[in-house]
Amino acid sequence: MTPEITRRTVLQAAAGFGLSFALPALESRAANQRGPEREKSLIVLWMNGGPSQLETWDPHAGSKTGGQATAIKTNLPGLEISSMYPQVAEQIGELNVIRSLVSDEGDHERGTYFVKTGYRPLPTVIHPSMSAIVTCEKPVDPKEVQIPAHVSLGGGQFPARGGSLGSQYDAFRVYDPGQELTNSRSPVQDERQERRLATLEVVSKAFAKGRRVQTDRTGHQLTVERALAMMSSEQLKAFKLDGESGHLKAAYGDSSFGRGCLVARRLIENGVRAVEVSLNGWDTHISNHEGCQTQARSLDGAFATLISDLKQRDLLDSTIVLCIGEFGRTPEVNNAGGRDHWPHWFSCVVGGGGFNKGMIIGESDPLGIGELGPGIKSKKVGNKLVGQPKDPIKVPDLYATIYSLLGIDPKGEFYFKSRPVPYSDGTAVKRLIANA
Amino acid sequence: MKARIAPLLIAAGVFALCFRMIQSPEATETPRSVEDDLQTAVSEVDAYLDFRREQENVEPAKPADDLLVLRRLASSLMGTVPSLEEIRQFEADKDPGRLERWTLRYLNDPRFSDYFAERLARCFVGAENGPFIIFRRDRFVNWLSDQIRSNEPYDGIIRQVVATDGLWTSEPASNFITIASSEGDIDENMLATRTSRAFLGQSLDCAQCHDHKFNADIKRSDFLGVAAQFGTVDVGGLGVSDYAGKFFEVDDFNDIEEMAEGLGEDEKLKFEPTVPFHPEWLGKEGSPRQKFAEWITHEENRRFHRAIANRVWGLMFGRPFITPVDDMPNPKDRPYTDVAADVAKKKAEATSPADDVPIYWHEYRDVLDVLAEDFQSHNCDLRRLVKVIARSKAFRMASTHAEDDEMALFDIEEHWGVFPMTRLRPEQVIGSMLQSSYIRTVNQNSHMFLRFIRFTRERGFVEQYGDLGDQELTERSGTIPQALLRMNSGMTRETIESGIFQASGRIASMCETNEDVVDTIYLVCVSRRPLPEEKEHILSLLGDAKGNARKTIVEDVYWALFNSPEFSWNH
Repeated sequence: MTPEITRRTVLQAAAGFGLSFALPALESRAANQRGPEREKSLIVLWMNGGPSQLETWDPHAGSKTGGQATAIKTNLPGLEISSMYPQVAEQIGELNVIRSLVSDEGDHERGTYFVKTGYRPLPTVIHPSMSAIVTCEKPVDPKEVQIPAHVSLGGGQFPARGGSLGSQYDAFRVYDPGQELTNSRSPVQDERQERRLATLEVVSKAFAKGRRVQTDRTGHQLTVERALAMMSSEQLKAFKLDGESGHLKAAYGDSSFGRGCLVARRLIENGVRAVEVSLNGWDTHISNHEGCQTQARSLDGAFATLISDLKQRDLLDSTIVLCIGEFGRTPEVNNAGGRDHWPHWFSCVVGGGGFNKGMIIGESDPLGIGELGPGIKSKKVGNKLVGQPKDPIKVPDLYATIYSLLGIDPKGEFYFKSRPVPYSDGTAVKRLIANA
Repeated sequence: MKARIAPLLIAAGVFALCFRMIQSPEATETPRSVEDDLQTAVSEVDAYLDFRREQENVEPAKPADDLLVLRRLASSLMGTVPSLEEIRQFEADKDPGRLERWTLRYLNDPRFSDYFAERLARCFVGAENGPFIIFRRDRFVNWLSDQIRSNEPYDGIIRQVVATDGLWTSEPASNFITIASSEGDIDENMLATRTSRAFLGQSLDCAQCHDHKFNADIKRSDFLGVAAQFGTVDVGGLGVSDYAGKFFEVDDFNDIEEMAEGLGEDEKLKFEPTVPFHPEWLGKEGSPRQKFAEWITHEENRRFHRAIANRVWGLMFGRPFITPVDDMPNPKDRPYTDVAADVAKKKAEATSPADDVPIYWHEYRDVLDVLAEDFQSHNCDLRRLVKVIARSKAFRMASTHAEDDEMALFDIEEHWGVFPMTRLRPEQVIGSMLQSSYIRTVNQNSHMFLRFIRFTRERGFVEQYGDLGDQELTERSGTIPQALLRMNSGMTRETIESGIFQASGRIASMCETNEDVVDTIYLVCVSRRPLPEEKEHILSLLGDAKGNARKTIVEDVYWALFNSPEFSWNH
């Protein structure tokens, strides 16, 4: 994906379109596809701020580190999660829990960069987010999907971006999911809009005289056409919640995140490739337990309903769902009743889209000082000795697994200033793949 | 009580902001004449490119219209388009050397120093706000703008950036260091990377972890040596200083195993500061950073002068001479004087005029060397560098070309046989939209209110359009959110609406004939007159519309021009 190739690709794509701004909106067929026919897509539930593993999927209830956490049994035998998640407990058997993700990045921005891209930040290489790579490698047919193929819902601080792949792979940002999109409608009546577009066509043709190739190559025309197609597309409705039952809306929850999860399902149903839904507020340095309870009120219903809803609509087998944040939180509770940043191990939940189900991977050290037993390494962090989790899983390995399941070669490369960089420097975790 | 104070505070904030923006009002006039010792450098640049084109059988484009060149100058030097007021003055200016004098006029305009300071700041300290309290990007940019406005030599500016001690507020140059500071630790790797990319135009990034795979000259030890130049830096309550008790330490010995021999598993290697070549260029006195700054800016350090020449070329054309702008191949490491002597000798040996073609040049030098030598031998004068480039044939070439084959055109572009079309950056797009919505020049002399509007709208737009930060010289295609923003946003509506003070309203109500309306809209928005078919189309829309009907048509033509590729692509 060198700049030259990008330019040429854009040109080729542009050549398919005539110089007309009056593309009719096409009916999407993606919404009708189900099961193995359906192309796979991805939903990332982004837990912004670093969720505590102890108050979510790895409670250690009753131990010194568990704090006030209590655990409940789930529909997956042998798995207990925080009692704040009774609804997720009913669905989690469809998914897998990883309790041994590891990172070295304990700062929000750097940690987010690492977990969103699979690479630690370097001063100059700008890695694309995993979801941007997915959107680039598995492009949607613009005739079928007239809305952006990569969407970020809920206004997280560092939305997924295209990095070196180009800004056309940045996630399309929607700050308030479920509401009318900003700038998505023409501010004037149809008659004036037609006059504007007719004039734009005259002006564009005049400019292309003597620079046809250069003008085609800008992709300007194509972008404007796509934007217009989106403005007049029925699929814009997917960003709103009209037509969903009150019961289902209530189950997802009347919060930005709940609405975001429901919009995510609607977008996926319309053929969108990758959606990120952010839940802010996880940075619980103070009063961690209460903070986590507040978060759970948004997450529990939304996450559980998303899984059951996808399953009911036969979309779960073709949709990977990943719930993850930038790092975990300290085993110790601090003097303010909070937990601080802890990248050394943390948890995520992942499943659907060809993932195995019901796996519990990794085990974290309840005291965080390397007491898991022989063979478990400790490492020195500052002046402290930090125990490693059992069966550590690297974020790049998790992403290599996701790429593989989506039919993308994890060793595929993007270019940064003529330097090749693989999509992931990890290896797929085979046991996480169904029928592998 | 609180409710009463809030509006006062807001008013005070607005006042403070406006005050800052009116600090240095200066009248802008076109100089009557320009000093003319640029010709040698300009001719050499032209001769080099002509020669390469002849060799490659590339037919250059015709010269661009003067007004289009003026638009390029306004866009690349100030991030806006010429106002109608300026266009009228320019067209009335019939004296010789019109473009040269207008280049100088723009260089003397405070909008130039502010705009260029922001561009350079992006590669020196990035576009983000950085660490809270100890990093003041605004101070850094204002300081840089002052340096450019008073035409301080570029090498001196960079010495200050690298070596200044003191507080980030009172010594703004020190923010180059403080942005790399986090909770008392200095990120030496970040400083090494920035130094090599921003000042030397080369990337040492790979060598942070291992020897460079493609450039055998760059070893990991080179990178670490440069990082160690910042090993004694300390950021404390009194700002940036050097503390002799600090060291740059390494605990990963990949590709430096020999140096780490004998160290235990948990031991770290104290890495001494080194430079990758020509250690004799290091300064003899002062702090380690002062010595290192002397090395970076040494008069024989070709990389330093070539790097800024490439960057300024990139800012003016939208595409650097060598891409990527900050990862250039090694220059031919020969002292300037040697090359100059060689060239003189070959010229003397030439027996026919044909031999006088600088056929041997490409062995030693390219356009960047010509620019770099001229820059270095003229006191590292940034304005002079701009003037030389602005006067080159390449800068004044049309972006239209008779060639219609894609591959052939790639070759022509590669040899600067046609002016490249590149996406304008967000601040150029909004700067142009805002200027086009007024007849008079929006600058430091404009009404406070207008400049406040410009300031706030520009920021909002850049954020929504997508800011490329320090990657702004990489080529990008447009995005759908950008198209939606240009087409449907409130910002677009506000800039095209035909209010009594705005250009569209004044054009609609004051132009007597419809022909005048069309010509004026085109001059204001795209700095040219309409082609016959454009005129015909718009005249047919205008018909005998009067009053509000006429206004809405003018607004719609504005809208079409703002959304055209012509408006958002440099051409």
